[in-house]
Amino acid sequence: MLQVFEARLFELVTGEIGSELVAGRIVMAISFREEVLEHSWYAIEWWCQRRIFIGNCYVVSLAMKIRRFPEVRSVELKWKPHFADFNLVPDGWGGYFYPWICEMARVYPLLEEIKLKRMVVTDECLELISKSFKNFKVLVLSSCEGFSTDGLAAIAANCRHCCMLFASWNLRELDLRESEVEDLSGHWLSHFPDSCTSLQSLNMSCLASEVNFSALQRLIARSPNLKTLRLNRAVPLEKLSTLLHRAPQLVELGTGAYSAEIRPNVYSNLAEAFSRCKELMGLSGFWDVVPSYLPAIYSVCSRLTSLNLSYATIQSPDVTKIVTQCPNLQSLSVLDYIEDAGLHALSLSCKDLRELRVFPSDPFVADANVSLTEQGLVAVSEGCLKLQSVLYFCRQMSNAALTTIAKNRPNLNCFRLCILEPRAPDYLTLEPLDNGFGAIVDHCKQLQRLSLSGLLTDLVFEYIGNRAKKLEMLSIAFAGDSDMGLHHVLSGCDSLRKLEIRDCPFGDKALLDNVSKLETMRSLWMSSCSVSLGACKRLSQKMPRLNVEVIDEQGDLDSRSDNSPVEKLYVYRTVAGPRLDMPSFIRNMDQNPTCRRYSLEKLFSE
Amino acid sequence: MVRSSIVTLYITSQSFPYTHSHYQLLSITIIPTKMSSEASTITSEPPTTAVVSIGSLSTNDTELTLGLPGGNSRKSGAKRTFSVTTDLKLGGTDRSSLECSVVRRSPSSKEQVVGWPPVRSYRKNMAKSGCKYVKVAVDGAPYLRKVDLELYSGYQQLLSSFEDMFSCFAINNVMEEMKLMDPVNGTEYVPTYEDKDGDLMLVGDVPWKMFVESCKRIRLMKNSEAGSSGMYKSQLT
Repeated sequence: MLQVFEARLFELVTGEIGSELVAGRIVMAISFREEVLEHSWYAIEWWCQRRIFIGNCYVVSLAMKIRRFPEVRSVELKWKPHFADFNLVPDGWGGYFYPWICEMARVYPLLEEIKLKRMVVTDECLELISKSFKNFKVLVLSSCEGFSTDGLAAIAANCRHCCMLFASWNLRELDLRESEVEDLSGHWLSHFPDSCTSLQSLNMSCLASEVNFSALQRLIARSPNLKTLRLNRAVPLEKLSTLLHRAPQLVELGTGAYSAEIRPNVYSNLAEAFSRCKELMGLSGFWDVVPSYLPAIYSVCSRLTSLNLSYATIQSPDVTKIVTQCPNLQSLSVLDYIEDAGLHALSLSCKDLRELRVFPSDPFVADANVSLTEQGLVAVSEGCLKLQSVLYFCRQMSNAALTTIAKNRPNLNCFRLCILEPRAPDYLTLEPLDNGFGAIVDHCKQLQRLSLSGLLTDLVFEYIGNRAKKLEMLSIAFAGDSDMGLHHVLSGCDSLRKLEIRDCPFGDKALLDNVSKLETMRSLWMSSCSVSLGACKRLSQKMPRLNVEVIDEQGDLDSRSDNSPVEKLYVYRTVAGPRLDMPSFIRNMDQNPTCRRYSLEKLFSE
Repeated sequence: MVRSSIVTLYITSQSFPYTHSHYQLLSITIIPTKMSSEASTITSEPPTTAVVSIGSLSTNDTELTLGLPGGNSRKSGAKRTFSVTTDLKLGGTDRSSLECSVVRRSPSSKEQVVGWPPVRSYRKNMAKSGCKYVKVAVDGAPYLRKVDLELYSGYQQLLSSFEDMFSCFAINNVMEEMKLMDPVNGTEYVPTYEDKDGDLMLVGDVPWKMFVESCKRIRLMKNSEAGSSGMYKSQLT
């Protein structure tokens, strides 16, 4: 039925374990003996043999899990490379969940949770899930694709099926965050049977079509434990108060479209409904905002810790008015409509802010449509002492500003800056931004994630290699002068796990000089760089435990010369050999795949 | 009665071999090589010329437009794309992949690349898509209709849908005027709309996207009422 890869091992990431595994926890750390496998990353920890997290595809083997983890309760899989979010990974690349669910359905009867990220999930998968696990509780599909609302109907309906056969089947969480769902109709929600009262979390914000409102209303009314509800855009504002009345216990709410004709009774109903939600701490949604309705949320602002206004096309004064009423805000996502003025106000009001994300309202226009500059971020770095995580889209930046930010906030652990224009220099001095980012990695010693942009030479990579010792994930675009840039990063960043690069002049030498580094990393992505086909082959020869995949949609890989540059390269460590579901435009550079298959028994018998 | 039909073309993305960066097929404009004096038509013969624009799908929504040969019927605005011309044989309304012999004209100063800036497709889709249903009233008709403006990529498509919806109409699209005509009695209807400020506006003056955003309802006004005395000069392109 399906190809069972020969299993060796997989990577378990610590820190994923929640507090519920306290009682009866058995932790076994197993290190493989040196003569079998030399590298320390092969150490594995089992936690009650209950949770499996697989951070990269195809490293794992199903067979191994089958033999070792019959008690599995929770599976979390992350699949496609991060750059798939930006359309850099072609369709058909891989990441199909179906073979997995087929096996899991067979051997994990106690499975309760499935969390998937960037995978291709079909309706058949969802149907299988719905039929196979009597204790199934949590389904999270994050940035997935390939399924439709028919599949969701199966999930919703399975309660009915299971209630007939088993005593307890209660869906607790259905979270479709940012997945692309084929929206055939809104009827899927109506499939939740009346007996389903266990729902705690429902996130359907990514769905376009209207769901049956009375079905939604009834579902909410009979779910006393519902804590998270993220509606989709099609739920009209006039009806929001009706839903809130039935769920005053909500902790997180995502509104639907936040617009309606201006009518006093709609407003007053809404304001009153919000005021009854005493537990509400997170708000999101806010599509199509009509500003006159915003004051309806003022009664909850003082409690809010999380606010996502990144779809709200409201201007700076309106945004500012809201955020300045949220003194307990820890996480804020906004559009750049907030402007520098709004960010300055934020820095004065929200002293507990930990995370700030500012998205571009009009990313494809060169000229600024809003007055948002580097000054806004500087202000927040000054005023918000707990700021740890930044995602900032803007149109200008300077070394001076970056240095100020770095000095203000040495506690940053995630810094992602996107200057919209590729290779944009320091707008004041017209120099590269090497020194600014250098200051970031110098001062922010705990920095784990960094995304670069703007005009950058090899110098910035020297700084990063020397200073960013805790850096785990680095994203680079349109930067660097030569191979030395890549070499600095690969040879210097001790903690590096994920490296993704596009449109940089990095080539063969740096790659081949640092092959052993690649085995300590989870993955490397390079697209539109200067890596040759021959280098990929040599890399693969040197490192049998790496899958070196060349993605090239022009279709003539076999006839290309070794000197020709590859379009896209994805390298990841594996013990399972080349994956067997590659489409025709992807080649694994492994010349002798069969030699590398170790047997599972041998590995685990020692 | 002359009808126009818009061919649905399958828009694919392909990497352009000339540069490092990747481009996506942006839009295809069908230009009839023969124009009747009353209405533009596309039939399966004679062959038509297609202007194929290549750029980023994200700058403008894809537009299928009818226009005069030799010119780009779209308002370009801040378009950063380059165009190629090719010969197309159109046969009906089914999807057909284009056999293009791509001739590259000079590129504009800046090309946009796939995946930059790194804004997720989900966010891009969420930000722009949605339903924009507006009522359409026709003077003298007993009941109104509703259309979702988000479904259309331009004025011509919208007018075509009126043609379909109100079967008595034909698009009377001569040079700069956008009107609908009832051929039975010769009555002309001028498409107007009510904008956010409550003002009655002539359809077609502003770029399509701006129109979609500001349009509250549409009224097809009898020309006698609209005044065909030439009080307003159409500036439709």
